[in-house]
This record gives sequence, structure tokens and C-alpha cells, in this order.
Amino acid sequence: MTGALLSARGVTKRFGGRTACNGVSFDLWPGEVLGIVGESGSGKSTLLNCLAGRLVPDAGSVLYETRSVGSVDVHNLTEARRRLLARTEWGFVNQDAREGLRMGVSAGANIGERLMAIGARNYGEIRGTASDWLQRVEIDLGRIDDPPTVYSGGMRQRLQIARNLVSSPRLVFMDEPTGGLDVSVQARLLDLLRGLVDRFHLSAVLVTHDLGVARLLTHRLMVMQGGQVVEEGLTDQVLDDPQHAYTQMLVASILPV
Amino acid sequence: MPDTIADQGRDEGAYNYAYLDEQTKRMIRRAILKAVAVPGYQVPFGGREMPLPYGWGTGGIQITASIIGRDDTLKVIDQGADDTTNAVSIRRFFAKVAGVATTTRTEEATVIQTRHRVPETPLREGQILVFQVPIPEPLRMLEPRETETRTLHALSEYGVMQVSLYESIARHGRISKAYNYPVLVNGRYIMSPSPIPKFDNPKLDRNPALQLYGAGREKRIYAVPPHTPVKSLDFDDHPFEIERWTQCCDLCGSTESFLDEMIVDDEGTRRFICSDTDYCQERQEAQRLEAQSQKGERQ
Repeated sequence: MTGALLSARGVTKRFGGRTACNGVSFDLWPGEVLGIVGESGSGKSTLLNCLAGRLVPDAGSVLYETRSVGSVDVHNLTEARRRLLARTEWGFVNQDAREGLRMGVSAGANIGERLMAIGARNYGEIRGTASDWLQRVEIDLGRIDDPPTVYSGGMRQRLQIARNLVSSPRLVFMDEPTGGLDVSVQARLLDLLRGLVDRFHLSAVLVTHDLGVARLLTHRLMVMQGGQVVEEGLTDQVLDDPQHAYTQMLVASILPV
Repeated sequence: MPDTIADQGRDEGAYNYAYLDEQTKRMIRRAILKAVAVPGYQVPFGGREMPLPYGWGTGGIQITASIIGRDDTLKVIDQGADDTTNAVSIRRFFAKVAGVATTTRTEEATVIQTRHRVPETPLREGQILVFQVPIPEPLRMLEPRETETRTLHALSEYGVMQVSLYESIARHGRISKAYNYPVLVNGRYIMSPSPIPKFDNPKLDRNPALQLYGAGREKRIYAVPPHTPVKSLDFDDHPFEIERWTQCCDLCGSTESFLDEMIVDDEGTRRFICSDTDYCQERQEAQRLEAQSQKGERQ
């Protein structure tokens, strides 16, 4: 193996006659944050779901370097192994926190769920870990027994991040983590994410349509259009000197403040 | 003269023995065998219409009808009592369609159909306990999708069940679930023990009797074979506990049985009596005999 954490090779997914993503290949290195940008419908989320094993690609493969057993083909694993992988080594942050959280139970239980799923059976310890993580994502400890239904959008998103990171994953998939949040909340979340990625040496695949988010968080950028990767490179390089016409258009369409 | 429908059935081809036709019984028995082979696993079966509404014990009745024979003695309890409407009608039903002997005494029964209780008198090998189950899926309230709950069972991903217990402690300071308390059967499947009080959960563990669970509406059968370990879920620092009363039974003085609290007048006077009527009566009977023999000795 090359030492890459995640390698995609020719990942293709079709929905009927429509090709949502077409022959996407890349390597993600440990500690690296890869951004996938593009307009709505360009296949970003489909690609992310294929990478995370939530969708089965029609062609191509996704290899992941596990902690214990070396490289595995994500889509060749048994469902049990894949779900275990997703629970222990990965995180998945949804755009809509309601999909990623259990809305009926308290914040503490939301964070503790992964711990209990991998066998934690001591209430005090689970609660202790949940409190630590609430503090890390800057949520007031007094809210630990509140359900996410009474949280604001930004808090929900931070809770979702805590819930994912509690099992110390190595790789986090993020689908528009700042979508639908107002600008100041976005800024705070981005700060937090940048800190966490740094502190825990996380690798991440981040899907976004917001080039500002990509600029702040990602090291490398892939630009997608109509299911194809049209440009790829270091984030600053792609944004400062876009080569492809579509990327140029994308960069030019950022509203100046 | 034939005096039961069962006898008439044999003679005149009216109802089949024990109400269900033989093919249906065969199908249910196969489901039961599979359930016994995989303790705690919910086996789907083709539930039939029974002559009583869903929620009144159609699942339990179908199991009982499939396993009962002429030599059996049937006991039916509802919330521990032999004399409630549901228990009386089901007992009469089987006396009529299967011509079996019925009893209220736990020791005499070979098949005990029950709703919401396990008898206080310890069961023995050879007895069968048939539970009526309203919601067989222990994860239902946590995960509404059937496809998902089946996957969770298949992969033994039971974190979500623990989440519900965590939530209970976070809200109430203790695990507040008092009935239908989830159990882990044979270290593999999480099972709903039907709405028995958690007081009865320890009786399920390594019980020498065969336990069969039937859910008529949801069309599921599951089982706990004799001597199978059944563990109530808990946390290391919040262990499983059963209810305790400071009172004893008003009628028989038992301090060990599950007590019903009854308000008997407008002043709020309360009485506590055994929920298991057979257990209570037998103790009263024994006490009466003892009192009589003591009286006799004195004379």
C-alpha cells in the first residue's frame, strides 16, 4: 500500500440512466482534510456516500487502511464489519443534524450511544466522557440532559460532531456541516472544527458548496461538475489560480463583501 | 352424548380439535421449534383470525392451541389472577374446543397461559409457560423501522437499548422501567419479556419450564428453552433491582410475592394483596389447616 488512509479508484455511481459520479479516483493521506466542492447536483454527496459505504458504487473501489487489519475494500466487507468500522474508525456529520442525532433522547445519551454500542456499561464513566465532549464543543454542561430538539441549529451541529468524535475516529466524513447556519455561527463552528481536526490529527472528507469553508478547513480541493472531477489541487492553489472554466466561474461568483 | 365441541368435532366434523386446523398447528409448531432452537429470536408465523380481538391474547391462544393435547391440564392467568374475564374466557374456550382439564393450581398445570405475570410458585421441568405478547420487538420504541431493528438484532448492535436505560437514569436518577424490562437471552438476543413486572424477570433466568411467547397482532413467536440464562440489562454502577414492599400481603401475609395496591374506601385506605391469586389462596389454606391442627392438639 502507498500509506494512504483512504483510496478511491474509479468510483462510479449511476441512478438509472443518470451518472451521479463518474470514475472518481483520489488518495487521502493521514491528517489531511480533502474538500469536495461543486454546485448542487454535481455528485458531491453521492461520492461521499459511496466513500462512507452508505451507497454501493456501480464501478470502482474504495480502500481504507484500518488500525488493526491493514487495508480493506469498504464495499467487500460484510455488513457487520462495515458498520463496526463506521462506528469505531469513522464519523459522519450530516448537513441536517436531525439525521445524525437521536432527537428523542438527551444530549448526553446522544454522545454516549457510540460508547455503549462498543460495550461501555458504566453509567458514571459514560456521563463523564459525554460531559468532556460537551465542553470541547462549547456546549454548556447544564444542557447535558436536554434533548437536541430544544437546541439551536448551531448547537445541534456541534453536538453531532461530539457524538461522532467520542469514539476517537481517524476519518470523518462531513456533508455540508455548516449548511443552513448563519454566518457568525458558521464561523464559530469552523473554528471549532479546525481546532478538533488539529488536536486529534483527524483526516476528513468535507463536502461543501461554500468556497469560504473550503478555504478555511481543507488542505486539498476537488472541484466537481456533472459527476466529473474537473480540477484538483492544493486548496489555495485552486482558489487563487483556477484553471478550469467552471472553477473560474465558481471562484468568480463569490459575492464580495 | 358428546359434551364438548372437541368431542363433537371428532364425531361430526364440526370444529377441529383445539379450534385451529392441523395445517395451521403444524406451521405454528414449526415456528415454535425454530424459536426454541434460537432462544430469543422472533420467528414470524402466519397468524390466524381467532374468535377474540387482537390484544386479548390471540398470540398466546394460537400457541396453546398448537401444543395442547387431551392429557394436558391448562391454567390461564391474567395479571396473576385466575378469575378475571380474560382468564375465565380463555380457560372456558379450551375446555370447550380441546376438552382438556383446567385448573387454577400452578403445580397441577402442564400448560400455563399467562398475561403480565409469572406465577410465584416455582415451575418445574415439563411445564410450559405461554406468554401473551402485545409488542414483541424490544427496540420498537427506539427504532420504528422493522428492517432496521432486524438488522440490529442480526448484528447484535444493542447500543440503542442501553441508550434508553441511560436516558432513564439521566431523567429519573434510576432505571425507571418497571415492566417489559428488556433482557438478554443466552448472551445473544435482546428480548421483550412481555409486560410482566420486572419483579418477575429473575424467574425467567434458568427456569426449568419452557417459555413460549406469542404475539398475535405482530405475528411473531419466540421462546426461552428450559435452563437458559436470561439477563436483565443494566449498568455496572446502576445494577438491575426488583421492586420491594414494606408491607406484606393482607390476606396471606406473604412478604415475597408481587403485591397489588388497592384503595378500598373514600378515605384513601390502602390494602396490599398478592397479585397471584392461586399462590395467595394456597397459603391461606395452609395457614387455616395449620391453625386447625394446632387447635386439635390443644383440645
